[in-house]
Amino acid sequence: MGTSVMSVKDKVIEIIAEQAVLEPRDVSLNSTLEDLGIDSLGLVECIFAIEEEFDISIPFNANAPSESDFDISDVQSIITGIDRLIADQKT
Amino acid sequence: MHRVVITGVGTVNALGHDAPSTFAAMREGHCGIGPLDFQDVKRLSIQIGGQVRGFEAEGRYNRQQMSLYDRFTQFTLAAAKEAIEQSGLTFTGALAAKSGVVLGTAGGGVSTWDANYRSVYEDGKNRVHPFVVPKLMNNAAASHVSMEHNLKGPSFTVSTACASSNHAMAQAFQMVRSGMAPAMITGGSESMLCFGGVKAWEGLRVMSRDACRPFSANRNGMVQGEGAGILVFEDFEHARARGAGILCEVIGFAMSSDAGDIVMPSKNGAARAMAGALADARVNREQVGYINAHGTGTAANDKTECAAVADVFGPHADKLMISSTKSMHGHLIGGTGAVELLACIMALRDGVIAPTIGYEEPDPECALDVVPNEARDAKVDVVLSNAFAFGGMNAVIAMRAV
Repeated sequence: MGTSVMSVKDKVIEIIAEQAVLEPRDVSLNSTLEDLGIDSLGLVECIFAIEEEFDISIPFNANAPSESDFDISDVQSIITGIDRLIADQKT
Repeated sequence: MHRVVITGVGTVNALGHDAPSTFAAMREGHCGIGPLDFQDVKRLSIQIGGQVRGFEAEGRYNRQQMSLYDRFTQFTLAAAKEAIEQSGLTFTGALAAKSGVVLGTAGGGVSTWDANYRSVYEDGKNRVHPFVVPKLMNNAAASHVSMEHNLKGPSFTVSTACASSNHAMAQAFQMVRSGMAPAMITGGSESMLCFGGVKAWEGLRVMSRDACRPFSANRNGMVQGEGAGILVFEDFEHARARGAGILCEVIGFAMSSDAGDIVMPSKNGAARAMAGALADARVNREQVGYINAHGTGTAANDKTECAAVADVFGPHADKLMISSTKSMHGHLIGGTGAVELLACIMALRDGVIAPTIGYEEPDPECALDVVPNEARDAKVDVVLSNAFAFGGMNAVIAMRAV
């Protein structure tokens, strides 16, 4: 799997960039999904791709994003959340 | 009451990826039925169908579109583009606000259901792509046509098994005739040619293993096809005012329910739909020169349909022509009436009657002029297109040359 050669950060940025139809270098850690032009459907596709990539389950409810235990406020917060989920769910 | 004309036609089916190639194939009596090609086909007892070949979605649609377009939607969008381009209509302003899309499909995104069930049941996966629902829903194709072409009026999907697209076109016709809409995009599509789709049909034991031979004494069942047929129905005055090319006029329709059996056809139900269409169109039975038959190639349908034609048309039944183009493109289930409308257009506009191919032995129970094996040049003024569905729901459309 790609994770063995790419860091979680790089892989998440790659997934988000693909969804936003951008180059990974154009995605910065403080970009919001809105900045990147990713709408609600794009977000659920990102979450699906991240779950598939890292074999984790992300607790995200599109009806109540702020109440989900997963922070999507910017790219860095998404990466931090994924790091934590990988650590929790792999133990 | 407004007159309703057809100003655009598009299709993707086993005979061709557009209307001109389909007309040519129908004229030549070409057979689009062949060996099926998809995953696990070897586990099926039925391995033939009218599969669309060489239609590459990749390249036609981008990655985001591909994640939302089931094959039945892909066919629909290609056919709709062709039909709307031919019509010359651009939907903006008041025209866009009042024009809509009514399409038929029996199964919707069957291959999306199939692939994702395979993924969670057979492959043991625990998640599916987030767009599975918007991809497989029966109205997905109509919705994408509305979005692609800015159609903001009445839009919905009709599902009456094998009569779906005839029922859909009947609704579109009624909307334009009543003045509710200046133009409607209509027709239907189907794509059930995947392992689960064909496996389900096998269970009924009505499928042929070798060919679709409607009306032939040695017929042994139906053969499935896939694809889409899309028509632009337009108010005649609207079309004339802008100098649009007119393919033919839609003059009437009727629907009936057998209220009998869930799968066996009824002579009376079929006859009432045909007679109703003639009455609605205000034409005499002697004016009808051609009937595009439902003609599935099953023992039950073909003899029942012929008996119904004899009942409705009396002595004129022996003078009119009736053919089933399912022998060439297969049975497109919910999309079949829309593709078969091309045979009606060809009869009215070009004076060419599409044949019933695969015809080998006369059947005394189907003793009509079924235009066996070769197309025929003939001038006809009025035609009917029959669809008689499982569930006993029948819809017949009447058209006239312009």
